[in-house]
Amino acid sequence: MIWIVSVLVFWGAAWWVNVILTAQKPNRFNSFAVPALFGITLLLLWEGMVRGFGINPVLLPPPSAIAVTFSENLPVLWGDFVQTFVKGALSGYIIGCGAAILVAVAVDRSPFLQRGLLPVGNFVAALPIIGLAPIMVMWFGFDWQSKAAVVVAMVFFPVLVNTVQGLQASDAMQRDLMRTYAASYPQALMKLRLPAAMPFIFNGLKIATTLALIGAIVAEFFGSPIRGMGFRISTEVGRLALDMVWAEITVAAIAGSAFYGLVALLEKGVTFWHPSQRG
Amino acid sequence: MRNVLPVLTVVLALFALWYGGAVLLNKNWSYDKAQRAGVELSFSEMVKDTMTQEKPRLPPPHQVGAELWKTTGAMVQRGRAFSKRSLIYHGWITLSSTVLGFVFGTGLGILLAIGIVHNRAMDKSVMPWIIASQTIPILAIAPMIVVVLASAQVDDLIAKGVISMYLSFFPVVVGMVKGLRSPDHMQMDQMRTWNASRGQTFWKLRLPASAPYLFASLKVGIAASLIGAVVAELSLSQDGGLGARMLVGSYYGQTIQIWSALIAAATLAALMVALIGLIQTVTLKRMGMAQ
Repeated sequence: MIWIVSVLVFWGAAWWVNVILTAQKPNRFNSFAVPALFGITLLLLWEGMVRGFGINPVLLPPPSAIAVTFSENLPVLWGDFVQTFVKGALSGYIIGCGAAILVAVAVDRSPFLQRGLLPVGNFVAALPIIGLAPIMVMWFGFDWQSKAAVVVAMVFFPVLVNTVQGLQASDAMQRDLMRTYAASYPQALMKLRLPAAMPFIFNGLKIATTLALIGAIVAEFFGSPIRGMGFRISTEVGRLALDMVWAEITVAAIAGSAFYGLVALLEKGVTFWHPSQRG
Repeated sequence: MRNVLPVLTVVLALFALWYGGAVLLNKNWSYDKAQRAGVELSFSEMVKDTMTQEKPRLPPPHQVGAELWKTTGAMVQRGRAFSKRSLIYHGWITLSSTVLGFVFGTGLGILLAIGIVHNRAMDKSVMPWIIASQTIPILAIAPMIVVVLASAQVDDLIAKGVISMYLSFFPVVVGMVKGLRSPDHMQMDQMRTWNASRGQTFWKLRLPASAPYLFASLKVGIAASLIGAVVAELSLSQDGGLGARMLVGSYYGQTIQIWSALIAAATLAALMVALIGLIQTVTLKRMGMAQ
């Protein structure tokens, strides 16, 4: 009982602080502190409710138990991370996004193909491509190659569609300027149209970061060597060791957010000229 | 209409690639078989064989089509549309958890968006976490959510719906926040000159203005919802569903079955997106917002 009450009190206090903070002028401190406080409150609520209501830790372990498991199993988690993220997701991401951008540039000279590719690409991007996972595991075996193949299939179309759209983003005036400079096709592509396409390309790349991690983990449910985040999750669920599963999810969350953040940082550097970055 | 020809070309090219891939991937097995039987295969015989294998590495489109017909249309003709072997039955299971999750996800998304638009503290504290929640590969923990909910005596359908809900609420929140904020200063000022209350502004200006944004995000949401349902079925395969068909197919090497389930899922996604598109056109036309 004491747990529930104290957590609820903390919740109210945190909410009050946040209301005060948001009433002030936004600055660097409170734009960081407000969401952080909200996150801490969520974690405390979780801890307090699990303890207060005596929820079976097999069903929902409290954050403190997860943190303990996390720190005790660092080598295992690191091995899984390397297997799934570095070998599976990252290699597939690079191959898939690279191929998509190359194909988009290749069809760039043919408006006919572009008109055909855009609707088809948009359609395929909405399909449950993740269903290819069992097939890829059959073709490429249990190791990371099959996971990379799933990731390639998942990230290809979103990046392709965004890049094709981005290459059409420069406006007529700018293209005319290139023509008055007597710029050749490659010159116009490199100096005007690719840079102008960058916000779109990065939009695709950011969507693809999450897809890549999902693809690599889900593909492991269909067969994997005895390490990897997906393998660990499915086996530990079978043993009802949910604290380990949550530790693995923490790794996935950190890896996913860091990956996304890295691409967003890269975007900031490449598209510094775009209005959305000037804030 | 001018897009028909290019789209057809691309689709035909995809089919050509598919057939080519089928020959390439299946030819080893054909040669193996011929060698064991002690016969020499000519190229055309080899191609013919790759089209008709029982467990091909990549089934050519017509085999998948035949399997699809066998498990849908042919079963309807025999009056067994809902037998456990028919894809209609499995598609129905997938559809029901998809729609359940989608409805709840959309509801949650709209409520959150309304809160975010009207409450600054909520905007500042919740929005960053909603965005962060999507960088987490939540689909990967689907099996855990399913198992935990199932052991807490929650109905399987709801357990699967929760996954779909999680995936579909995000596009709705982002789209609705944008949509509810889309009325410009001029329109908001107009509301103020009329002394409209917050509720009136919401019902008469913000909500109607957000309709185009809502439909755009509903289309993304329903596709995400279907993906969630398919993945959730991997963990609850005893109930059936298209995801379960894929899993069972992968256990027994029934590639044709996997592909037909995949195509069925794709068709389902396309139909649902098209349905929402239709509702969108009709609604927006009646609201006088058709482009």
